[in-house]
Amino acid sequence: MDRTGHTTLAEWTAEDDAAFAAAVQEFGEQQALGYIGTVPDGPGKATHIRQLPRDADMVILRRPIAGG
Amino acid sequence: MATSQALPELAAVPWRKPTDARWLRRWGRIWHAWTLLYTVPFIAAAGGMVWLDPIAAPVALAALAHAWIIPELYAFRGASVVRPTTRGAAPGEPVAQGLLGDLLGHDERELQRETGLALERASLGVWLVGEGGALLVMPGGRRVHCFCVGVTDPELPPSDRVAHLLLALREDEEGFATVANHAFAGAPWRVRRRLPRPMRPALDAARRAAE
Repeated sequence: MDRTGHTTLAEWTAEDDAAFAAAVQEFGEQQALGYIGTVPDGPGKATHIRQLPRDADMVILRRPIAGG
Repeated sequence: MATSQALPELAAVPWRKPTDARWLRRWGRIWHAWTLLYTVPFIAAAGGMVWLDPIAAPVALAALAHAWIIPELYAFRGASVVRPTTRGAAPGEPVAQGLLGDLLGHDERELQRETGLALERASLGVWLVGEGGALLVMPGGRRVHCFCVGVTDPELPPSDRVAHLLLALREDEEGFATVANHAFAGAPWRVRRRLPRPMRPALDAARRAAE
């Protein structure tokens, strides 16, 4: 999620190693920029991830939150 | 996959105790006692002055005004955490609204579009997440806690801000409340009257959900 609303950074399938490798690299670069990986797990649940899961339907990169 | 239950942002506030149900109950009682402490003396003084000498009525009225204004200012501070911070139309807002809608159920999506607040049922109570803060209606619906919390990127569209906060809340509710700054606790009606009018139905819905 970014200033444009949201941008698709990478797409992969569990069988496509090259696409997954590219996605892993993109994920790492976004983490270096401060983004946090999150997998929505259905209603009311989400999981913070530190490595890109091969089998996830969707991974959202969010910005850190802070007390205002 | 390498996952973590705790919100990573907790590393920025290592000195804070976890904001759990017990912490919230204790702070709710402290805020209640504090409200009595700064209103009852003004009311007693006003009554005492008129009883001693009715000519002191104007001063008694000033004391009563203090007893009314100070709690109102605190409630205003609490309600302000969810006031919209973005003015005008943000460029990415329609796209962000779509993604936020995907994260919400049908009723919650409609409520968010009408009020700007996303309703989220969780274990501590019912949350209303805005773009710069969140309200937590405690179980029973008789007390609301106001938290000031936001996303560190100031140029995100409003719905994106809500979505970021919502995801963080879903990752770790206690962590979310711990990272957020507690601004106010009190009766929902006190917060409701200080909320912008279009947001009030969201607090009504959260109270119903918390009962």
